[in-house]
Amino acid sequence: MTVQPTDTFDALRAAAAERILVLDGAMGTMIQQLKLDEAGYRGERFKTWNRDLKGNNDLLNLTRPEAVRDIHLAYFLAGADMVETNTFSGTTIAMADYGMESLVYELNFEGARLAKEAARLAEAKDGRRRFVAGAIGPTNRTASISPDVNDPGFRATSFDELATAYGEQAGALLDGGADLLLIETIFDTLNAKAAVFAIERLFEARRIRVPVMISGTITDLSGRTLSGQTPEAFWNSLRHAQPFSIGLNCALGAKEMRAHIDELSRIADTFVCAYPNAGLPNEFGLYDESPEAMAKLVGEFAASGLVNIVGGCCGTTPDHIGALAKAVAPHAPRAIPEVAPRLRLSGLEPFEMRV
Amino acid sequence: MTAPVATFVNIGERTNVTGSARFRKLITNGDYAAALAVARDQVENGAQILDVNMDEGLLDSEKAMVTFLNLLAAEPDIARVPIMVDSSKWSVIEAGLKCIQGKGIVNSISMKEGEDAFRHHARLVRAYGAAVVVMAFDEQGQADTFERKTSICARAYKILTEEVGFPPEDIIFDPNIFAVATGIEEHAGYGVAFIEATRWIRSNLPHAHVSGGVSNLSFSFRGNELVREAMHAVFLYHAIAAGMDMGIVNAGQLAPYSEIEPELREACEDVVLNRRDDATERLLALAERFKGGGREKKEADLTWRTWPVEKRLEHALVNGITEFVEVDTEEARMSVARPLHVIEGPLMAGMNVVGDLFGAGKMFLPQVVKSARVMKQAVAYLMPFMEQEKIDNGTTGESSAGKILMATVKGDVHDIGKNIVGVVLQCNNYEVIDLGVMVPTAKILEVARAEKVDVIGLSGLITPSLDEMVHVASEMEREGFSLPLLIGGATTSRVHTAVKIAPQYERGQAVYVTDASRAVGVVSALLNDNTKPDYVANIRAEYAKLAEAHARSDRNKVRVKLEDARANRPVLDFAGYVPSVPTFLGTRVFESYDLAELVPYIDWTPFFQSWELTGHFPAILDDPRVGIAARALYDDARKMLDRIVAEKWLTARAVIGFWPANAVGDDIALYADDTRAAPLATLHTLRQQMGKREGRHNLALADFVAPQGSGVADYVGGFCVSTGFGEHERSEAFKKANDDYSSILLKALADRLAEAFAERMHERVRREFWAYAADEALDNEALIKEAYRGIRPAPGYPAQPDHTEKATLFQLLAATESIGVELTESFAMWPGAAVSGLYFAHRDASYFGVGRIERDQVEDYAARKGMSVEETERWLAPVLNYDTAAYKPVAAE
Repeated sequence: MTVQPTDTFDALRAAAAERILVLDGAMGTMIQQLKLDEAGYRGERFKTWNRDLKGNNDLLNLTRPEAVRDIHLAYFLAGADMVETNTFSGTTIAMADYGMESLVYELNFEGARLAKEAARLAEAKDGRRRFVAGAIGPTNRTASISPDVNDPGFRATSFDELATAYGEQAGALLDGGADLLLIETIFDTLNAKAAVFAIERLFEARRIRVPVMISGTITDLSGRTLSGQTPEAFWNSLRHAQPFSIGLNCALGAKEMRAHIDELSRIADTFVCAYPNAGLPNEFGLYDESPEAMAKLVGEFAASGLVNIVGGCCGTTPDHIGALAKAVAPHAPRAIPEVAPRLRLSGLEPFEMRV
Repeated sequence: MTAPVATFVNIGERTNVTGSARFRKLITNGDYAAALAVARDQVENGAQILDVNMDEGLLDSEKAMVTFLNLLAAEPDIARVPIMVDSSKWSVIEAGLKCIQGKGIVNSISMKEGEDAFRHHARLVRAYGAAVVVMAFDEQGQADTFERKTSICARAYKILTEEVGFPPEDIIFDPNIFAVATGIEEHAGYGVAFIEATRWIRSNLPHAHVSGGVSNLSFSFRGNELVREAMHAVFLYHAIAAGMDMGIVNAGQLAPYSEIEPELREACEDVVLNRRDDATERLLALAERFKGGGREKKEADLTWRTWPVEKRLEHALVNGITEFVEVDTEEARMSVARPLHVIEGPLMAGMNVVGDLFGAGKMFLPQVVKSARVMKQAVAYLMPFMEQEKIDNGTTGESSAGKILMATVKGDVHDIGKNIVGVVLQCNNYEVIDLGVMVPTAKILEVARAEKVDVIGLSGLITPSLDEMVHVASEMEREGFSLPLLIGGATTSRVHTAVKIAPQYERGQAVYVTDASRAVGVVSALLNDNTKPDYVANIRAEYAKLAEAHARSDRNKVRVKLEDARANRPVLDFAGYVPSVPTFLGTRVFESYDLAELVPYIDWTPFFQSWELTGHFPAILDDPRVGIAARALYDDARKMLDRIVAEKWLTARAVIGFWPANAVGDDIALYADDTRAAPLATLHTLRQQMGKREGRHNLALADFVAPQGSGVADYVGGFCVSTGFGEHERSEAFKKANDDYSSILLKALADRLAEAFAERMHERVRREFWAYAADEALDNEALIKEAYRGIRPAPGYPAQPDHTEKATLFQLLAATESIGVELTESFAMWPGAAVSGLYFAHRDASYFGVGRIERDQVEDYAARKGMSVEETERWLAPVLNYDTAAYKPVAAE
């Protein structure tokens, strides 16, 4: 059974070989600026939906498609090589909050289609190839952590349930035209393993293969994921996915993320991607690191040879991405290190068999 | 033959129901909490990978695997290591793989059901992101010859790497270890076949690993542990040299290759390497001689007396034999120029062997303490000669590896753990200055300065000692100390050290030491200038993480308001309840209680724990890992116990009392007599504030007593027992005679007798004195399991964590005046071998833990006790669910 890689691989690899690629910034921050009210989210189609819909950003793919497309386009024109689809919560598990499980296919399909449309517009403008990454978020449940402190063995979801949900989302994203997939904001590595498992099944069933990017989240200054893994343990857990890139996003600003990106950069024999928040939240819970300040920090990542792909997460805007693109442009991309073949395992911490 | 340099990963099998009878029992009984403790113990003892196997016919193996792995994932100190998901059933393996976020190992898959099934399983293992053990097994069966083993492994390797895309470094072959010396001719070559197949795999299948389950090898020698150990050691020695780099080996059952008796070693080698036709017969004949013994047998065998004197001393040290120590030391002294050379030569060499065996988990604490006794007696014998030498020519004495001050902190009297640590350190050539118990901070610091010590070690057992340790740390900071501060003892913890002690002592480093077996490693790392900076940096990083995690976890613990907790109290049936009237009111004293009566009530399991031997009595005596050490210790203990009783080494005294009582809110009012007019005292109790599920109540001890106004005349009892009178003098005498082993043994036995006394007295209270269960008949097992009506909770323990309540109890009992038990400023009892508590008789009274409490209850409780909130917070610090600092006014920045 042969699985055919798409031409995205060659195109992306060629681009990544010559420069540091730029990912987009936050979708949520841009949507906030639209200041939509409940009616704004609902549009005509969901006027009578029986639950509150304000805050369901993915839904805007159906109710405010032009606005979503324009945000993508703004990022592309600011200098992004790729944008993430507006599908962070596009699984049946996450959509259950809105009773919108049945809309999952459409949300993802449209999300990919809109981003692709923006890519075509941008390409028509300057001739540079643009890519669409189908964004697969963490869902709102964790496979290896109990939500009930009094019952540590309890699980609110399962590997199988997650794999089914991720598989549906990934299929719809590919149908809608996503060039690659991005499993992101990983709090719990077991969720990500279920996503990898589902995507692998999907590739086999469809006999195609697209690049998969993986991005974890170090939740705080403890230097671990929410589920307790160190960055190296996290990488050991997911290396079997042979991802196009491994990296980190969210929770931390560039300053706090640096040490962990440095670690991944040292051990991962694939591209490394970093898209931090615009600093840590201020006392009002807002991200206020300026484009210049963030570009200086991320520019240093590039100068130190730590990264192949950079972008922004919470609080970042097209101005940030423009500044980042400029800051990394003069620097060569990180060279992928040769890693000796060793048996490398992990629990919460890494284990390496010496030879 | 050159020494093997390969790195060998030993996979423990104690969380394997097919490898551990104890674990199987825990799982079939659904005791997952104890099963987790087994896993934790393995990881704490250095297991790098945890093998989990639930293949038991009576179990729903898939469910057991999922339940255990999910629970394990919630324990960060266990979950830090990778998991080996071990089952012969694919469905169980797959269920396990869906529970682990890390990269684990599947054990195992094979071509037993053909190549297609093998490919299918391998692809799935890869998709789940695990490494894999591949058994040398195909459609025709398990491979037994070199040719079959290598051809199957080669075929599997080709399929995995070329068709499935499996990374070769993630493949671990198990080429099958089979029993040798079975009497069947074809089996003779099994050892060689494995070793040679290993060599072939490692040189022909790049990056692949080799593993195996070693215990099969010696199957025909079941029951003869000494021979089995020797066979395993010899086999591993050769297999590791050939490239075997992983294995399931019971480390405790492994003798070091060089330690095996040479004749036995050669016979084992003949069998394992199939060197001669009569190898099996010869080993069988030899095995007879070693039968039924294990290591004990060697003691009776006096052939070692014919060895050279250095070897004899080493043997005496390793086996803890004091019988010939003076003769041998004298002989060694005559053979060297200076007495010091005996210490620096054969004695230190012998202790190094002990240290290595202990470090490798092949010797256990009681054995090491016995070794130390041999060492001390040898040194004591040499002392006069060294003194003479000093007088004659003014040369200096021996040099130590470092000076360590040890103390049990002010207010605390417990010192068994501290003494064991002291002995272990002395074994490793450290000079130990032991200041004993109840040592004030000023004294510790004064001696530390005067003696120029290198390390200070603090010990404590009761919770107020935690605060005292924080105080020592802050005083060290203030007085400009920078030397390392070690923290140990039952209530101490890594988290407490990280969160409360270490931050007080920025100039130096406070380090938590789990147990005596860790102490030497910690001290040597801290006293070596090369290793210290990294070591301290690691500890600091670890503690910073712990402090952070602790701060986070605290926020998760939701507590309910005191008023809501009270509303959710259990309402016991007092309406139809007629409390039994005790046979007397007021107190009764028991002088010189018969010790012989207490012996059957001893719970031995904690006795073994105090020597760091974990396992339940009596099963521990036959435990494959620690059984031999446990049995020897038990024999010594029984012998000493006989003397304690016969020669009245200890005196046991008790006082008990009963008083009319009614609950008033969360307090219990006691009255002078049954008119209930004159209040005598108030017992204060604390209420649980954790969120409870429907139908579960928030308990306080007061709930077990009929409320005032209910019209029910209820009662409460109290007791204080001690078997510690005479213990201190005698254990000090042992110490002076360089016999720390007996000194520690006596203390541990006195503690056990005190607990037995409390158990026996409670039984008599139920049957005779309060007499609410006159016809109760329970054996000791049932007593230990508390299968009786009524409870005897102690202040300072989970049901009432406030130690200061002991003051009220002691007043009521006049315990100091009547039987001579005193309370320290931290409310520890002296003598230490003492137990005190309250008696509650209601049939629904049960033991519980108060858990963490909130500020609202602390304020309420402080008001009830007439104590300031701050002081109350200090005593209850370990159970506060909030940061006291957060309530203090914050200074403007």
